[in-house]
Amino acid sequence: MKSRSLLGDAWTRLKRDRFAIFAFTVVFAYTFIALSAKLGWIATPWDQSVGAAYAPPSFHSLQTVFGTDIFGRSVFYKVIHGTRIAMSVGLVSALISVPIGIFFGAIAGYFGGRTDDLVVWFYTTLSSIPNIMLLIAITFVLGKGMAAIYFALGITAWVGLARVIRGEFIKHKTRDYVVAATSLGASHFSRIFKHILPNVSHFVIINFSIQFVSAIKSEVILSFLGLGVQGQPSWGVMIDDAKLELSRGVWWQLAGATTAMFAIVLALNLLGDSLRDALDPKIK
Amino acid sequence: MLIYILRRVLATIPTIFGVALLIFVLFNGVGGDPTYQMVGKHATQKQVEEVRHEYGLDQPKVVQFGNYLKQIVTFDYGRSFSTKQEISTMVARGIGPSLTLTVPAFMFTTFLSVALGLLVAYFRGRAVDRIVVFLCVVGMSLPMLGYILFGQYYLAFKAGLFPISGFDYGWPDRFEYILLPMLIMIVVSLGYDVRFYRTAVLEEVSQDYVRTARAKGLSESRIFMKHVLKNSMIPILTNVVIEIPLLILGAFLLESFFGIPGIGGITIDAIHNSDLPVIKAMTTLQALLLILGNLATDILYTLVDPRVSLK
Repeated sequence: MKSRSLLGDAWTRLKRDRFAIFAFTVVFAYTFIALSAKLGWIATPWDQSVGAAYAPPSFHSLQTVFGTDIFGRSVFYKVIHGTRIAMSVGLVSALISVPIGIFFGAIAGYFGGRTDDLVVWFYTTLSSIPNIMLLIAITFVLGKGMAAIYFALGITAWVGLARVIRGEFIKHKTRDYVVAATSLGASHFSRIFKHILPNVSHFVIINFSIQFVSAIKSEVILSFLGLGVQGQPSWGVMIDDAKLELSRGVWWQLAGATTAMFAIVLALNLLGDSLRDALDPKIK
Repeated sequence: MLIYILRRVLATIPTIFGVALLIFVLFNGVGGDPTYQMVGKHATQKQVEEVRHEYGLDQPKVVQFGNYLKQIVTFDYGRSFSTKQEISTMVARGIGPSLTLTVPAFMFTTFLSVALGLLVAYFRGRAVDRIVVFLCVVGMSLPMLGYILFGQYYLAFKAGLFPISGFDYGWPDRFEYILLPMLIMIVVSLGYDVRFYRTAVLEEVSQDYVRTARAKGLSESRIFMKHVLKNSMIPILTNVVIEIPLLILGAFLLESFFGIPGIGGITIDAIHNSDLPVIKAMTTLQALLLILGNLATDILYTLVDPRVSLK
């Protein structure tokens, strides 16, 4: 029988999972839209008037399919730039938090003892402060803007991953293959990163999708509270605008932002589930 | 047993100290002088000095940290910067309205989601299960702000089914105002909770003792009722207990939108007013309550699960 790698096997399973295919498609589409907006290929300029203020959605042109806002700007373009912000917040914050989570989880689980006590104390402390309050506090003291959001989300979101990685390292460090590596003279560094880490890497992938979702959701709430993105069209800012617009019967800005957000969060949630099913050897 | 509980209580001290240190560093260290956040950039030198003195910010950092620890122990967080009220009084006044919203919402959600979770776990793998799980994912993907705004505009404003916002301290009038926010809160948390309880039950279903019971010839429904249910009570109870202390804090987006004068609403107001002492106090309180919830579940564990050793 031909043996298959964990990832190869997971890929075969994912291809058979219809939800996973849908989720992948949506995530790719959003990534593509975000990149295109970033590079200025589409939806530029978003901050220019394309019609009357609060014009309802019409199919005259692409710019007006979601109507216009108070300054006559295209809501559709704003949604696209909101996508750019959301995707970059998800990506950057996950890129910050994943290495931190792997590092602390690995050294705590691998070395045990004092190191473990210290790391566990540190993340228990961090996770004792409810996440949203911690984010509010950090963005509040750091000042508003994208950099503060990246940083705040990045340094708070690693705890979940660190917990999982620590648990796995405790299990793996006494396994035969690690003992074999030790007797061949592998250093601590090489045992941690070359031998054990590849065997627990699927948890990193699963965690990545979970963190992406929570980052997107947090950005929207922070921006809504006025602590997030400034001067750029974020979904949170659009929802905040919609608070006052609804009483005038202007629903399209809210609908645009929430629909865009719903689709990507749904896709990432489904993707997380499918990845767990495909990658976790326990539930095969 | 008592010694175990005492040890667990003592074990929270380093965590509380860590939380205090972190919050202190965040608010009094990283952010620079918090005075400017409160008075704005255009205040005169005299105003700055006054505020600095009033909040003890002209003292050395070590003394400030000592004062902060004292605040945590005595529950006296000083005065709000924007309303000048005692923060402890504000909190005390906010607890009632917050609990009015969160307790019934929590009870309904827990009851509904445990029932649904058990039901779909029993029918695992079948169509009912798959549909409910999918609906849960859809439900938890919808943004809460969307629920709030649509609910407030269409159900309350347009259809007139509920009051748009406000609060009444009288009984039972206050329930009229919390009806819609409560409904939203239930819908928002249902997706997560049903999935959580379903997973909790399913983890028990794959255990060895279930196989043994099946081999013994027990019927599926009997295995489920007698064995699985009892064992899955532990994760269920944990999840319930851990949330109870947090109910005091209310739900800040809902309270803010629906004008409920609870703790969540106070926090949002503080953020809008750059009211640093209040934000700091609320962050601290939330963390303390979370630690309390964890402690309560740990102790409860030993009471309900004989397998947990009292090491």
